[in-house]
Amino acid sequence: MSGANDPYDPKQVAALSQESLEEALTLGVAAFAAAADLEQLAAVRPDHLGDRAPLLLARRELGALPPAARSDAGKRLNGVLGDLKKAYAERLEQLEAERDARVLAEERVDVTLPWDRTPRGARHPLTTLTDRIADIFVGMGYEVAEGPELEAEWLNFDALNIGPDHPSRSMMDTFFVAPEDSGLVLRTHTSPVQARTMLDRQPPIYVVAPGRVYRTDELDATHLPVFHQVEGLAVDKGLTMAHLRGTLDHLARQLFGPDARTRWRPHFFPFTEPSAEFDVWFPEHRDGPQWVEWGGCGMVNPRVLRACGIDPDEYSGFAFGMGIERALQFRSAVSDMHDIAEADVRFTSAFGVEQ
Amino acid sequence: MKVPVSWLSEIVDLPAGITVEQLDAAFVRLGFEVEEIVRPPATTGPLVVGRVLEIEELTGFKKPIRYCQVEVGESEPRGIVCGARNFAVGDLVVAALPGAVLPGDFAIAARKTYDHVSDGMICSVRELGIGEDHAGILVLGQEGFEPGTPAADVLGLEDVVFDLEVTPDRGYAMSMRGIARDLAGVLGVSWRDPADLPLPEWSGAPAWQVSVADPDRCDRFSMLALEDLGPAAPSPWALRQRLAQCGIRSISLAVDVTNYVMLELGQPMHAFDRDTVRGPITVRRAAAGERLTTLDGADRALTEDDLLITDESGPIGMAGVMGGASTEIGDGTTAVLLEAAHWEQTGISRGVRRHRLPSEAGKRFERGTDPEVTVVALARAAGLLVEHGGARVVGAPVDVDTRGPRPVIAMDAALPGRVAGVAYTREQVVEVLAAVGAEVVGEGAAIRVTPPSWRADLLEPADLVEEVVRFRGFDEIPSILPTAPPGRGLTERQRRRRSIGRALADAGYVEAPAFPFTGAPQLDALGLPEDDDRRRVNTVRNPLSEEAPALRTTLLPGLLASLGRNLARGLRDVALFEHGAVFPGGERSAAPLPGVDRRPDDATLAALLGAVPAQPWHVAVAITGQREPRGWWGPGRPAEWADAVQAARVVAQAAGAELTVRAGERAPWHPGRCAELLVDGTVVGYAGELHPKVCENLGLPPRTSVMELDADALPAPAVPQAPPISTFPPVLIDLAVVVRDEVPAAEVAAALREGAGELLESLRLFDVYTGAPVPSGSRSLAYALTLRAPDRTLTGEEATAVRDAALAAATAATGAQLRA
Repeated sequence: MSGANDPYDPKQVAALSQESLEEALTLGVAAFAAAADLEQLAAVRPDHLGDRAPLLLARRELGALPPAARSDAGKRLNGVLGDLKKAYAERLEQLEAERDARVLAEERVDVTLPWDRTPRGARHPLTTLTDRIADIFVGMGYEVAEGPELEAEWLNFDALNIGPDHPSRSMMDTFFVAPEDSGLVLRTHTSPVQARTMLDRQPPIYVVAPGRVYRTDELDATHLPVFHQVEGLAVDKGLTMAHLRGTLDHLARQLFGPDARTRWRPHFFPFTEPSAEFDVWFPEHRDGPQWVEWGGCGMVNPRVLRACGIDPDEYSGFAFGMGIERALQFRSAVSDMHDIAEADVRFTSAFGVEQ
Repeated sequence: MKVPVSWLSEIVDLPAGITVEQLDAAFVRLGFEVEEIVRPPATTGPLVVGRVLEIEELTGFKKPIRYCQVEVGESEPRGIVCGARNFAVGDLVVAALPGAVLPGDFAIAARKTYDHVSDGMICSVRELGIGEDHAGILVLGQEGFEPGTPAADVLGLEDVVFDLEVTPDRGYAMSMRGIARDLAGVLGVSWRDPADLPLPEWSGAPAWQVSVADPDRCDRFSMLALEDLGPAAPSPWALRQRLAQCGIRSISLAVDVTNYVMLELGQPMHAFDRDTVRGPITVRRAAAGERLTTLDGADRALTEDDLLITDESGPIGMAGVMGGASTEIGDGTTAVLLEAAHWEQTGISRGVRRHRLPSEAGKRFERGTDPEVTVVALARAAGLLVEHGGARVVGAPVDVDTRGPRPVIAMDAALPGRVAGVAYTREQVVEVLAAVGAEVVGEGAAIRVTPPSWRADLLEPADLVEEVVRFRGFDEIPSILPTAPPGRGLTERQRRRRSIGRALADAGYVEAPAFPFTGAPQLDALGLPEDDDRRRVNTVRNPLSEEAPALRTTLLPGLLASLGRNLARGLRDVALFEHGAVFPGGERSAAPLPGVDRRPDDATLAALLGAVPAQPWHVAVAITGQREPRGWWGPGRPAEWADAVQAARVVAQAAGAELTVRAGERAPWHPGRCAELLVDGTVVGYAGELHPKVCENLGLPPRTSVMELDADALPAPAVPQAPPISTFPPVLIDLAVVVRDEVPAAEVAAALREGAGELLESLRLFDVYTGAPVPSGSRSLAYALTLRAPDRTLTGEEATAVRDAALAAATAATGAQLRA
């Protein structure tokens, strides 16, 4: 190493000569370019950019130079060193990009492999359809009313104007509960919820009551001894059959599409007067658009209002009821009632958790 | 009610060219559901009325055969071979001539048989496709038709029959008369009331001595006597044909005539063999212990609610329900007493049900008949018996008539419009009521309506409103959506049920609702002890299956049956859930049956509602096979007790309840693998593996696991309160302790929590280990603890202090030792 005060030309100092600097740069760039991967790059780096690399060693010579020469030599050295670092950084980036691409390519998986480690569950379509119907009415301001399945005979029949000797009382195919004088039946329809609601509160009443009901029918492709109905009841001032029709049409559109509507046929129910059965126009029916029998409806019989403590001169009401199995049957093209009743997971799973 | 169009068209002036489809629509519009339209059988070619001129008995064959000369309206009679023997020379028959094709593609041709050429066929009812009778050929009688007349006109082969469903309020529509009136009204055409009949000038003493002891149950009782009835006089074909079309079997002239009049006028009648009636007739209730042998041969014990026709010998008929055997008309009857009465409806209904004797008559009486037509019906029947049976009326009719005045209904003429939401005019309202048969008086809106005698169902303005709306048509009613007041949405309970269902479905369970019927065999299979509360059931008096007369007190029998059904269909890995009401039994008072003219008083209502048992909402799961299937990720994991317990936790979480678990023992669970489920210290259910014996009983795979809990017993969830969220770093430490096997992990965890105090953010068991170096009889439980302070970064010393405190608490509570 030269003495600090020796007046010499830095170009004379071998290590700081332009040739030496450029040679070091050339060698370094070549070495980096020659490195095939990150490991090789890391291996050659100390030779060119490490503490003992030629350019770094040359830097040590700077301190011995006089100020003017030091400035000149420093500029040249830094320029070359910067170029070499840049070359290194570029090569590093390039090799890292190559590595990343390779690793990601190697990590490729078959995304079509199944991952059904937790089996799929499902709610029963009767449940989800019931919820859907309830929600439509809740959206109209109705509340969902409930009543017991094992019900007082009086509420199932008498309060609904079905007297003890009324022919339709025997036509209802009732399950009677022991003992003979228990006064209890398995409700034959959801209509006792009407009576319970009216006994419980004063108008205005807008309720819908879905639930399970019972008839002594043997199970076959079209009959179920245990099935579900949804009952609607509105009691208010000035309600008319037009309001009943509007309500049923609305329900039909919500469930069966914008072109659905209802058609009525006169019928008899002891608890409504006038009474009608209604069909729904179902454009999506699997056998083509058609009218499908769906339920019964009518204006609440004044006798029922009186039995429940509501003045029929002040209030009027409408009521309707329909089978949920029936709606499920044609809405989802169920061909055999057994499938609805038998809890086969293949049937239920097909409906998923339809909300 | 079967309605032949030919009969209808005799009464109603049907519009020319009206089609079957238009009639169908009119009936439906009136509220008579068309159950079936019976169209005539397909017959083509020459089918004519023939008269038998000669009969030659052929012998020498295996059976007797006749070769007949039959006049068929041609220049020469035709020779026809016939195997039947129920006809005589002079009889009119139906002959199918060569070229005719009868129902079933039965082509008729001239052919040689029994050594004679048979130039056609004499037909039976069955061959014509109009009935089942094949005992002999159809004999039309000896008069009334010209040979050669196309038989279709005679047989009703052109006739369509509508089978209508008549609702139970419309008794009047159980007759041609009633159907015709409504149809004429809705079609706007004229009609002829068949009950509008001039009564003959009967004279002489009343036919019989009659008294009615119970006018409340019988307000009109009429009788007429006839003699000299030809006992063998056949019913004319036209009458038999109509009965057949209406689904009623021909029996004898007298019976056929009463049935015919019933179909025509709606008045059921009874015919007594007059010579067997002993002394005066009294209509009265049965006395205790009385018996009656009815027409069907059954000896019946009577109750004091049974209304009887009696003579000096005792009961001879059960009013409106069935006649007695002792006075039945038979083959030799020549003198009959015809009865036509009006009975109180509900009494008939009770009798029909009590004695299980549904009949065409009972169906009409319980729906209400027209009290006005009893004598008219007698006259109509007598006329037919005179005409076709050679009978003659003896004396005057008996008519015990105690009817009160008909009720009058005051109504606002605007009411129908107000109810329907349609602006009917007063004139439209009055017009409909008149078409129904009501008398309307009054000026302006205030009208007074007297319903017709045949409409016992019209009692209130609402009933009249229905008639107006029905006749005007439902299609006039507009569609207007009413505005309900703001509602409160779903209740907590309703929301909770949905959450539970969704959570279980998300957890892989499939909802499997079952019929809620059960019985001792199912409860036995579960191994329930004799005194188990689930054996206290409500039973159905008329179950579908004698095996399952009870209502479920647990969801498990139905759920396990569903599980078994799925397995039987070849599925292996099945996870099911059900939620629904159960019906615990027990002693309770009978529900009262108050009147319906007003709201029951509060005490009665409370008794009524209180008599209905509580029906709590249960949730249950059943799981078998692989809980997680094997796959490319590795082997599957079999379902086990822990899945059932976890299902309970899923339910509790969905319901917003805090569930704790401890070891329990209850059928049908495995005694060592049964978890008792508690909320706030109250047992709400059980979960775990089924007892091996129960799996065996039910044919289920071993290790099948189930859970059942009472969702209604879960407390209403409190409004969740937000926890403080610390942003300081956590300290994570693991802690393994060794405890005796019998110490429940839940207790260790509880003690650790307790000891760790407020700095513990979470605690999780991540390993359970047995085996060396853990001493036998003990196991190692390893927990991961997350510690965090709300206000600072925890130091190592603090973390160690928490760990030591937790361990000390666990040691104190459970004897846990730090695992070396």
